[in-house]
Amino acid sequence: MNPIQRFQDLQNRRQFLKASAMGLGATVLNSLTPRSQAAPLLGTHFAPKAKRVIFLFMAGAPSQLDLFDYKPDLHKQFNAPLPKSVSNGQRVTAMTKGREQRVAPSMFKFAPKGKNGIYMSELLPHLSNMVDDLCIIKSTHTDAINHDPGKTLFCTGSEIPGKASMGAWLSYGLGSINRNLPDFIVLSSAFWTGGKGNVQALYSRLWGSGFLPSRHQGVSFQTSGDPVLFLSNPQGVNRVSRSKMLNLVTKLNKEHFEDIGDPEIETTISQQEMAFRMQASVPELTDLSHEPEHILDLYGPEVNKPGSFARNCLLARRMMERDVRFVQLFHRGWDHHSNLPTKIRGQAYDVDQPAAALLADLKQRGMLDDTLVVFGGEFGRTTFGQGKLARDNYGRDHHPRCFSTWMAGGGIKGGMTYGQTDDFSYNIAENPVHVRDFNATILHQLGIDHERLTFPFLGLDQRLTGVEESHVIKSILS
Amino acid sequence: MTFRSLSIVILGLATSGVAAQDLVRFSQDVRPLLSRKCFHCHGPDEQERKAGLRLDTATAEDGAYRTRRGRTAIQPGDISKSTLWERINSTDHDELMPPPESKIEALTGDEKELVKRWIEQGAPYEAYWAFIPPKFNKLPSPADGRERLNPIDTFIDKRLEHEGIEATPKASKRTLIRRLSFDLTGLPPTPEEIDAFLDDHNDRAYENLVDRLLNKPQYGEHMAKYWLDLVRFADTNGLHHDHYREMTPYRDWIIRAFNDNLPFDQFISYQVAGDLYSSPSVDQQIASGFNRLHLIIDRGTALPEESFTRNVVDRVTAVGTAFLGLTVQCAVCHDHKYDPITQRDFYQLFAFFNNFDGGPETGGRSGTDFKRGLQVPYIEFPSPDQATKRGQLNQAIALIEAEIKALKSDESADKEVNAPKIKSLSDDLKQQQKRRDALVETIPATLVMKEKEEIRPAHILIRGAYDQPGELVERNTPSFLPPLKKESEIASRLDLAKWLVGDSNPLTARVTVNRFWQQLFGVGIVKTSEDFGVQGELPSHPALLDYLSLRFTQSAWDVKKLLRTIVLSETYQRSSKASSEAYATDPENRLLARGARFRLDSEMIRDQILVLSGQLNSTLFGKSVKPPQPEDLWQTVVMPSSYPKRYEPDQGGKIYRRSVYTFWKRAIPPPQMSIFDAPTREACIARRERTNTPLQALLLMNETQYFLAATHTAQRILGQHQLDTEAQLSLAYELVTSQEPSVSETSQMRSALDEFRTLYSEDSAATEHLTQAFLPSTTESERRVELAAWTMLVHSLLNLDVTKTRQ
Repeated sequence: MNPIQRFQDLQNRRQFLKASAMGLGATVLNSLTPRSQAAPLLGTHFAPKAKRVIFLFMAGAPSQLDLFDYKPDLHKQFNAPLPKSVSNGQRVTAMTKGREQRVAPSMFKFAPKGKNGIYMSELLPHLSNMVDDLCIIKSTHTDAINHDPGKTLFCTGSEIPGKASMGAWLSYGLGSINRNLPDFIVLSSAFWTGGKGNVQALYSRLWGSGFLPSRHQGVSFQTSGDPVLFLSNPQGVNRVSRSKMLNLVTKLNKEHFEDIGDPEIETTISQQEMAFRMQASVPELTDLSHEPEHILDLYGPEVNKPGSFARNCLLARRMMERDVRFVQLFHRGWDHHSNLPTKIRGQAYDVDQPAAALLADLKQRGMLDDTLVVFGGEFGRTTFGQGKLARDNYGRDHHPRCFSTWMAGGGIKGGMTYGQTDDFSYNIAENPVHVRDFNATILHQLGIDHERLTFPFLGLDQRLTGVEESHVIKSILS
Repeated sequence: MTFRSLSIVILGLATSGVAAQDLVRFSQDVRPLLSRKCFHCHGPDEQERKAGLRLDTATAEDGAYRTRRGRTAIQPGDISKSTLWERINSTDHDELMPPPESKIEALTGDEKELVKRWIEQGAPYEAYWAFIPPKFNKLPSPADGRERLNPIDTFIDKRLEHEGIEATPKASKRTLIRRLSFDLTGLPPTPEEIDAFLDDHNDRAYENLVDRLLNKPQYGEHMAKYWLDLVRFADTNGLHHDHYREMTPYRDWIIRAFNDNLPFDQFISYQVAGDLYSSPSVDQQIASGFNRLHLIIDRGTALPEESFTRNVVDRVTAVGTAFLGLTVQCAVCHDHKYDPITQRDFYQLFAFFNNFDGGPETGGRSGTDFKRGLQVPYIEFPSPDQATKRGQLNQAIALIEAEIKALKSDESADKEVNAPKIKSLSDDLKQQQKRRDALVETIPATLVMKEKEEIRPAHILIRGAYDQPGELVERNTPSFLPPLKKESEIASRLDLAKWLVGDSNPLTARVTVNRFWQQLFGVGIVKTSEDFGVQGELPSHPALLDYLSLRFTQSAWDVKKLLRTIVLSETYQRSSKASSEAYATDPENRLLARGARFRLDSEMIRDQILVLSGQLNSTLFGKSVKPPQPEDLWQTVVMPSSYPKRYEPDQGGKIYRRSVYTFWKRAIPPPQMSIFDAPTREACIARRERTNTPLQALLLMNETQYFLAATHTAQRILGQHQLDTEAQLSLAYELVTSQEPSVSETSQMRSALDEFRTLYSEDSAATEHLTQAFLPSTTESERRVELAAWTMLVHSLLNLDVTKTRQ
């Protein structure tokens, strides 16, 4: 069914529900699905460009100045005080409050890449090769200045814990497109090369369902042991004994359903069947033994290590092939308050080749057209140094006022940058993109009007983009 | 793509039977519609109000009846003179209400019809039900003339009669004892308890059972579980490092308070202001820790002033959700959009909670306080022995310190003689300090609330920003609720506590009673038990809620009495067996024509498994425990210096404690709990979701403790040598479900058991895996196969829908 048609049907159904809301009979409709499965009204608001999304979340906040936001003139200002007219008395973290703010230019070389000559850092040679597919947003900004609220805001639309995460919203709003796997899967790197000392925490709320039914929460895949918690049968139980056991359970459940009448029992039966299918589908998904050598090579040497970002990128591609709606990768280790050059080299090594490989791999399979890949951290980093300041060694503090993110595929224009920062990469000079706008744009590509994907909770129609105004970034859409 | 239509269905349920010509009811029908469609711009929020018009009230200056520039929004009785009618029907994009760009959908034909009839009937407004005190006129009289002993049934049956729905008969005794045991203690009945109840033919058998259950210590543990969700109790701070925090004495107090049946008004006031009673008891101080349960960030990350504000907002939010059932936090940045809570109201409440005598952040990462999960202010409860020992050690330390000082200041002495003496004394000092610290770490302690001497001023924060103070405000309660009585010139938190539970407060008792109702029926009389405001759902049985609330307060807030009244009703005792049509017509059982049937909470599911397998460790109280969970689960979320950093499961009996004692890390709660919808405890939750997912199915199938419980239970059954297979099957079924199997169920089990026997007799490795921990290596293979087959049989029963369901 085409999306417009589906939306029409949805409208009709909604009208009907409302029209018959005055009578008891209306509740019959409600009960077409059992209570715990009381499904949202599925559908898109308009034709989607993307079917699925991969979010590469760079936890800890990478430096835009060293990766994407090229400021060639800054090296002339090395160690110069940041003009007050630029910083404008803005709040900083407790770490650099009251300290002198001296400019720390990036030590890394930038060069024009791709058909539009977009400047890319030498730290990202592989992504540089894919720049014609990227839309780099240099003017992303956020409200939060600390990691926890920053990540929570980006992932759930609010700094205050308790809201639903993006993947949960998508699962709720769009439903499943596959029969055997969750709608929303989370893959966190188990290790990273830069910044082992100052690693920021993650919280299950970042992929939680908040006020939405918990079946919409992200399923966090584990690096060791079962990829999905409690997936494997205990020792001594195999596929045959498991199916015999479920056979008995189903027979008894059915008899109870006949006796009691509660459709919830039927839901239990179908969820047990799904669990049984997942016991086969998840190992098949995570088994990389049939991936050819040249594909493994594409993702780089780390792909062979369980828990690496590279391996997670490859897994994400396999999930896309199996129509998982939303996959979120978390890669930690970007919080470079000191010794940034060494640490960021390590981090770039972790993500550059795999992320580029993911794009190329999706592209060669014809899947980049309807798969949206996005990349970003919770905020940016300061143009002024933190701690020791040398040409080739410096640190940077948190900076919410501007940072760089990118999007690719899924109906986004490639080979472009969007938004501008000032000469210091401190303030936004042109086309600000709040993280809410960023999220609104992701929803838009999936055919969702972010203002109309709502859920009533605590007296409000809750939305991923919150109550404040937010806008889809129209000019980056292809 | 919203759930709104579902909630309309519920409202539809509440208003069903209203024929077109009937009187339109403002509270049930019109206000929810206006709230949804109009209040965002034409509601209580003065700053956002458009065109100087508010539709939440009729007669105020900006109210719906006002005439401005010759136009009247609502002219009672005349739609042709009501601009509201014109605007909602307009075909002009610029005129239409709600404006298309607001993304609020236009009114449907039926909704317009409703507005039309309401205006034609004189557009009467009514005060919002939850903001006026509960009242009781007289009990309804069902037409069948049968006298109901319990007034609850009178209300429920009157409504059923009105809907023309017949109630189901009383549930069987087996079902009732299982239902009651879970509802009042969170645990299943034992076969002995079932037998005793079945054999008790006394008229008061059921009543006596209720009393027995209410007097079990497990009652308090069970009741505490719900409360801990509501106040977001946890063992970690919830932000940044998410370090350990120690407040388990607060949990113990909650359990004791329920078991002692502490009057609920005192239960509330101790928590809000226990520290402010004159010479507060230890319990009152522990209870005041309610104000410390909020999330808190670590030093050196956020700005302290910002964190301070955030903590106070969190405190006020908790009071709003837990006691008032109001979303007061919506008024942090602006006036509430739907309820008459102004931003000033919010900061007047804020002023009661900002005078905290402690830091806005956690302390440093060293010292005994950090290790003990403590942040000042806290109180300690050393045993007499601990107190004596600490005293002795402190004395010894002081002595050594004095000696060192004396030696150091003795200028006449020979340095070469003194230096080694000082060194040896210093070593001694270190050792004594170490011993003292080790002792101190074992002394129980908990965070408490403490007021600063000098009162900190409170301001309205412009747009909620911590660094944008506006007008000064004084402590006070929201103006739309009854006034606060002050004991002295400046109101205190204790005055607020008394106001919350005062006779004139229309909310607290209703909100409380509703949550207990929800616990027993799965859904509250007001479904949105966390929100009694205009955007919340209306009560399904308003008069019943009022009646119960009044009885509750008149009984001096006696919780056990309230629960007793409810569970003694016919309504509570109804069978949940009904036709599929009945389930389809009223899926959430709002009319209560049948007994409630809903999935058990995570704690009950796990505790039941421990009971069945005979492993439950029923020790009461104490520090949190760590039963096994999948390895390395924390690894993906913690920071290098998070404390604790690794989940180290306990050993021995601790791992079989009830789940209410399980260590709760907010960043990643125990999966056995969260997979079954337990909240993270980062925010106050008045009701849990109840989902049914494949991850839950996997947990019940494969989690170690859950699986091993099957073998333990199988061994118990096989130990009954005197029973034949049929009787053993029956016993297994009864152990797990409290019911007797039907003939066909027995035959299904029998043939499955035979299949399992065949399967395992052909697979000795699998048999070995299942049984090695349970049988000596010399055991003959036939017995091994038997245990393996029975394990799978019991395991199957543990996975039944009825096993995880209270019905």
